[in-house]
Amino acid sequence: MSCDLHREKLGAYADESLSPEDLAGVENHLRGCPSCAAEALALVQMKRATRAAAASLTLKPEFRMSPDFRQKLEKSIQGSRRPLWKSSWMRGLAAAAAALLLIAASFAVLTGHAYRDQAIAESLDLHVATLASSNPVDVVSTDRHTVKPWFQGKLPFTFNLPELQDSPYKLLGGKLVYIEHGPAAQLLFEIRKHQISVFLVQNDERLVPAVTAVSATSERGFSVETWSHAGLRYVMISDTSPADVHALGELLRSAGR
Amino acid sequence: MANQTADSGSFEELAMPLFARLYSFACWLTHDRAAAEDLVQETFMKALKGFSSFKQGTNFRAWIYRILRNAFLTSQAGLQVSISLDAEDDASLEPATEENPETVFLARLESESIQSALAELPVNFREIILLCDFEEMSYQEISLAIGIPIGTVMSRLSRARKAMRTLLAAKLQGASR
Repeated sequence: MSCDLHREKLGAYADESLSPEDLAGVENHLRGCPSCAAEALALVQMKRATRAAAASLTLKPEFRMSPDFRQKLEKSIQGSRRPLWKSSWMRGLAAAAAALLLIAASFAVLTGHAYRDQAIAESLDLHVATLASSNPVDVVSTDRHTVKPWFQGKLPFTFNLPELQDSPYKLLGGKLVYIEHGPAAQLLFEIRKHQISVFLVQNDERLVPAVTAVSATSERGFSVETWSHAGLRYVMISDTSPADVHALGELLRSAGR
Repeated sequence: MANQTADSGSFEELAMPLFARLYSFACWLTHDRAAAEDLVQETFMKALKGFSSFKQGTNFRAWIYRILRNAFLTSQAGLQVSISLDAEDDASLEPATEENPETVFLARLESESIQSALAELPVNFREIILLCDFEEMSYQEISLAIGIPIGTVMSRLSRARKAMRTLLAAKLQGASR
């Protein structure tokens, strides 16, 4: 199979824009071609890094928008809308409202589709990398009173860890990681030889949005549970059962209160 | 009166969720806070004025990005760069040889280097990378927003990414020296 043919399609593969037939062909080729697989990985990494770097521009002081800019804009929208509305409201207001609802609904679908939770995606990658690593954690300790202080001065936030003595869970340790280019804590727990990663990162309106209710999903076969509490976003990832993940989540949530 | 509120909420319902992103995009185009704010203001006013001509049920996001882009091109800053914008044969930044992926190991790249590489790209390359990677638009949406065929979207993206990697590779080499 010719590599040139597939090279052309790798960009579209990284953009998730291939047709199902092309996708099957490219995936099949990637399994047997390390150089194309490396290229595809580089494209995906670059895409991800670009997204994060592009998003952080407006966090820089010189690009932070004026505090009242949004308010001013909303006012001028309201100000200039009134006469427009008066001139056109007679023409099928009900139909227009219905059509607008339709657009709003399709827009919701569109943004829902485009929105991916980057914090979960990055946590998944970090968890998989941890499983493969010979040094999965930087601070190796089963003692929460050792692990928690280790993060002092490394993170711009602090957190509480639960007492695990009467539970089937064991703390293995922790390490400092980066999620959406912000420092985050990764804690590693074990239950019956299965490892559970818990990531803690600060909520940020643009990069790591808060999740109001506990949300449990399955991503690439891993059990994932995420929630926000006191300005922190928690993401748990494991190959163990969702129930095991949830029970540890409950312990963490009661410790966090 | 209740109907008026519902109607007046509708443009905002479509446009305001895009506000922060449009501002970011405007910053990337203008590289100036005040100019970016002016551009977003102008975009929203033009979009509101033209909202009746917006074909309902079609892609609002692509439509409003196109308005922003056109507003930028007719602005003072935009006029200076517009010459290069639709030039398809901008070969100056293309790598002489195919980059080896290993030379651009992106895990080592700081957000800062990516930002400066993006800023150094010609506007037509920068905008297409931002629309695809940052705004996560589909090729179809990008085609609508920029007003070029999908085939051109794909080829321009591919050349933009090559140019970006060339810039990043140069930055990495510079940094390791």
